[in-house]
Amino acid sequence: MPPEPQPSPAAPDTAAGQRATAPSHGWAERLRALGPVLGLVLLCVAGTALNSDFATLDNVMNVLTRTAFIGIIAVGMCFVIISGGIDLSVGSMAALIAGSVIMFINWAGPATGSPLMAVILGAGLAVVLGALFGLAHGLLITKGRIEPFIVTLGTLGIFRAYLTYFSNGGAITLDNELSDLYAPVYYGSLLGVQVPVWIFLVVAIVGALILNRTAYGRYVQAIGSNEQVARYAAVNVDRVKILTYVLLGVCVGIATLLYVPRLGSASPTTGLLWELEAIAAVIVGGTALKGGAGSITGTVIGAILLSVISNILNLTSIISVYLNAAVQGFVIIIVAFLQRGRR
Amino acid sequence: MNSITTPEAKRSVAVAFDGIVKAFGPVQVLHGVSFELQPGHVYGLLGENGAGKSTLMKILSGYEQPTAGRVRINGEAQSFADSRAAEQLGIVLIHQEFNLAEDLSVAQNIFLGHEKKKGLWLDDRRMEREAAEALAEVGLAIDPRTKVRRLIVAEKQLVEIAKALARHARLLVMDEPTATLTPGETERLFQLIARLRADGVTIVYISHKLDEVERITDEVIVMRDGRFVARAPTRELTRHQMANLMVGREIADLYPPRDAVDAAPAPALQVTAFDVPGWAKDASFEVKPGEILGFAGLVGAGRTELFEGIMGLRPGSGEVRLHGEPVQIRNPRDAADHGITYLSEDRKGKGLHVHFGLRENLTLMALKRYAQPWLKPEGERTALAEAVKEFGIRTGSLDVKASSLSGGNQQKLALAKVLHPRPRVVVLDEPTRGVDVGAKRDIYFLIQRMAREGLAVIVVSSELMELIGLCHRVAVMRAGRIVRTLHADQLTEEELIAHATGTATVASGA
Repeated sequence: MPPEPQPSPAAPDTAAGQRATAPSHGWAERLRALGPVLGLVLLCVAGTALNSDFATLDNVMNVLTRTAFIGIIAVGMCFVIISGGIDLSVGSMAALIAGSVIMFINWAGPATGSPLMAVILGAGLAVVLGALFGLAHGLLITKGRIEPFIVTLGTLGIFRAYLTYFSNGGAITLDNELSDLYAPVYYGSLLGVQVPVWIFLVVAIVGALILNRTAYGRYVQAIGSNEQVARYAAVNVDRVKILTYVLLGVCVGIATLLYVPRLGSASPTTGLLWELEAIAAVIVGGTALKGGAGSITGTVIGAILLSVISNILNLTSIISVYLNAAVQGFVIIIVAFLQRGRR
Repeated sequence: MNSITTPEAKRSVAVAFDGIVKAFGPVQVLHGVSFELQPGHVYGLLGENGAGKSTLMKILSGYEQPTAGRVRINGEAQSFADSRAAEQLGIVLIHQEFNLAEDLSVAQNIFLGHEKKKGLWLDDRRMEREAAEALAEVGLAIDPRTKVRRLIVAEKQLVEIAKALARHARLLVMDEPTATLTPGETERLFQLIARLRADGVTIVYISHKLDEVERITDEVIVMRDGRFVARAPTRELTRHQMANLMVGREIADLYPPRDAVDAAPAPALQVTAFDVPGWAKDASFEVKPGEILGFAGLVGAGRTELFEGIMGLRPGSGEVRLHGEPVQIRNPRDAADHGITYLSEDRKGKGLHVHFGLRENLTLMALKRYAQPWLKPEGERTALAEAVKEFGIRTGSLDVKASSLSGGNQQKLALAKVLHPRPRVVVLDEPTRGVDVGAKRDIYFLIQRMAREGLAVIVVSSELMELIGLCHRVAVMRAGRIVRTLHADQLTEEELIAHATGTATVASGA
């Protein structure tokens, strides 16, 4: 049987194949980067068609404010994932930080005699605690040579257990007058945009600058792409990795200090499953779970996309709200499917 | 249709390539290649990197399908859907990069996909016995139950060959089989090839080592730029003619003229009594600015490990002085800060980020220079344009990934990368591994130019000709110790091998 001339899919494992696919990677890469944006646009078109309330300014602001917490954490998570790590503890960490901050402010308000000072110090404490928790993760992972999955699986339990212990299984609540003083951090707005959205924007811009325009950001990508090559190229791998966890901890601290005034309390269910939402936002945004390459813009879009899904389900009755997590799950799997064979 | 041959029918395999064209997307890598292979011959397939040798052999062994043209086996046109179909006709390709499952045993690897069974269950005993036979044939004395992860590179190469033997190969394609073998192992491989040939097995031998091609092949086939160029009986060609055919031009001289080293300056790097536990013991040497110091030795002699120890990449202890100053090097960052950089022998695993662009690779070790505090991509781009010119990196565009460069050009990029921090001492581990003749020559001249500019260069190499052609002095390591340092006028292949293997008669002086 004479062989038919066959269509030849580019074989990535041959030098020739790589040479051949190289010229096309430019537009293919760009198309992939556009994927999440296209998805978001499609969702918005669908949302507008299904419910006239969807495209209102109020609803858009509502979605963005809800996105801010997960979005800020996802920016930090993006660094950790690009460097080849993972952090499963961020939801528990947020809960413990929230509880600690509330207890501190409740104590410091009367103790210092200045409620405003107490709130400011409390907000600072949130960031410091986040950084310290991140530092602990980083040290255990690099110097202790334990897999990030294991370390953060451990602290996931530890953080939440301590919050439950401090709250006696119930809620830790911010005192009323302090709560009023703290409220503007969540409910206040500037130029018609709520404060958390502004902070989300600033965190995302700073994150993108660090990732793309500093030596540190380049090192993060280099380590995730191939840790050995980075090590041989005189990159201080341990320090860069520790810093990614510290950065993430700081992001968790910022998200938490914005979240506390929203409800004014912390309970064992605070921040439940935030880690999965943050990781999902990063992945939906086009960052590979195995690290090496990713983008902050994509992560931000990923976070917004996921909350738009739940927003649409809330506004329409085509799919039950109870299936929210299922729809998000399908989206994550579809995105992963589209990205397969990326390298 | 694929006919199924029985193993006992020791058929020979004659191959005819008929106008083979292969394109990957828009890029054509084979432009109508036609030639024939007679059964029972040993063919040397020569060509520079990117000449299309590997692609053609992958088509022959079923890993790739031709875009046009056909392969005839024993006169019958065949189209292999996969490598299994080719294996059924006895055609086996031994990969340049290993296809072994690290966590499985040697026997499990040898029979992977061809497991022997007893009813429902695997017949481990039989597989281990037959694996042991195949291992004995390639002269590898290891337990077939050993995990592949625990083997050194040379042993893995031999396991790959044993795997082909266990599949009753009648046509064996070997792609750079000796790249990682010691002279002794190479010798055994050549004996095996001679036995297989006598047995009627056709062998296609791809190698950059022309002395080997000259020694063991009956006929040489040369490819260039995806085309068949020439074929001739090996005995009618000199190595020089082979190299010229491959490159398509006269290689006037592969090595640059040796400059005299200025004896006056103090050593740039001075290492005293350096130990790397398990690998190197009591190593002392020095290298002057402008000097090229070679390190010879067998695989496993501890050369790479000694320098990884000095660079802080693995635990080690001893005195290291740079320009007379004692320094503490705990990691490659310290080393780079003190002006010493290291090019790893493992380009893909430790040398380059192949999925990164050329620019990001080039500047990684000297990134601080471009960050104030924001990175200046324009500055990096200028540096890349300069490096591409200075190092003769051939690339269509500056915006491609490193993986899209050919092996030789990747190596030039890796060289540019370790020189980018402007070190005063550079250690180059196997600087021309897997690189074609033309690129080798470029790299030798680059090394010489760096030395002329006052850089102290250390070249670790398994290619003796390279050390002899390039170095002012060569230190020979055996079993973790520097046994001898030879000066340029003492450098011969025989002398180096004698010291590396420990068969040298005790000679005077050091």
